[in-house]
Amino acid sequence: MERVPILKIGDILLVSIQVDMSDQTAVALQEDLAERIVATGCHGVIIDITALDIVDSFVGRMLSTIASISRVLDAETVVVGMRPAVAITLVELGLSLNGIRTALNVERGMELIAIERADDDHDEPDDDPVPEPTASP
Amino acid sequence: MTSGVDLGRPQTQSVGSDEDVVRVRQLVRTAAVAVRLSLVDQTKVVTAASELARNTLVYGGGGTVEVTAIDNGRRPGIRIVFADSGPGIADLDLALTDGYTTGGGLGLGLSGARRLVDEFDIQTAPGQGTRITITKWSR
Ligand SMILES: Nc1ncnc2c1ncn2[C@@H]1O[C@H](COP(=O)(O)OP(=O)(O)OP(=O)(O)O)[C@@H](O)[C@H]1O
Ligand SMILES: [Mg+2]
Repeated sequence: MERVPILKIGDILLVSIQVDMSDQTAVALQEDLAERIVATGCHGVIIDITALDIVDSFVGRMLSTIASISRVLDAETVVVGMRPAVAITLVELGLSLNGIRTALNVERGMELIAIERADDDHDEPDDDPVPEPTASP
Repeated sequence: MTSGVDLGRPQTQSVGSDEDVVRVRQLVRTAAVAVRLSLVDQTKVVTAASELARNTLVYGGGGTVEVTAIDNGRRPGIRIVFADSGPGIADLDLALTDGYTTGGGLGLGLSGARRLVDEFDIQTAPGQGTRITITKWSR
């Protein structure tokens, strides 16, 4: 079975899907990514689908699952490079890529992740002094 | 019913593994380009074929896909038949409902594929297998 390579660029994992994936390859990618997020501590995942000429319900579901898994592992996923014909077809198929962030290209995807992370840090309550819990008598 | 004459020999691909589903997509893509479907229509018919071939594999227990270039005198098109001798579909209306699945999928394969093509014909009965014919015309 073919495996899709995962590249680490700074704090981001980049997956550029260059082959027409079999269902097994798609499932393996999902698992490989989860492992790499934990192993590297990366906070962003970019999936580049520029080379994909179709996204069917299986791959669409894989993209949603990757986004959910990475969120649980404290990483943001952005799907980039979706072709217009693919977007049109996905909508007609009835697939709403729920919870998936998209951007035009890898560069924009990286910007989006940087903005997301900055916002997250802002909201982070950890930095605020937390009052010591008062011991109950 | 379906219409149009065959142009040339149909191409057949057996479906017994998920690698075969990839091969079906490639076969349909090549045929769709050959009959000059627009880029969006190529994308739609390859996506529909991917959904139906996967159903043939997963629910039909495998089968065959036959791809034919056709012409109805006014325009060319592509016809694809997905056939299996699996359990068949007991309640077709239900199976064609968006979101209905017995396999933990999204339940969009059948209903979505029907929306993506110009003609959609399905013959199935419990214990009789399933045979789905789709057609996409070049505009
Ligand atoms: N060739 C077939 N033989 C028997 N049953 C089938 C066949 N194709 C589809 N079905 C039945 O119809 C249901 C709906 O199919 P559909 O492709 O719409 O959804 P799914 O395969 O369950 O999910 P998805 O395609 O969205 O991943 C299936 O769950 C299955 O019960
Ligand atoms: Mg299906």
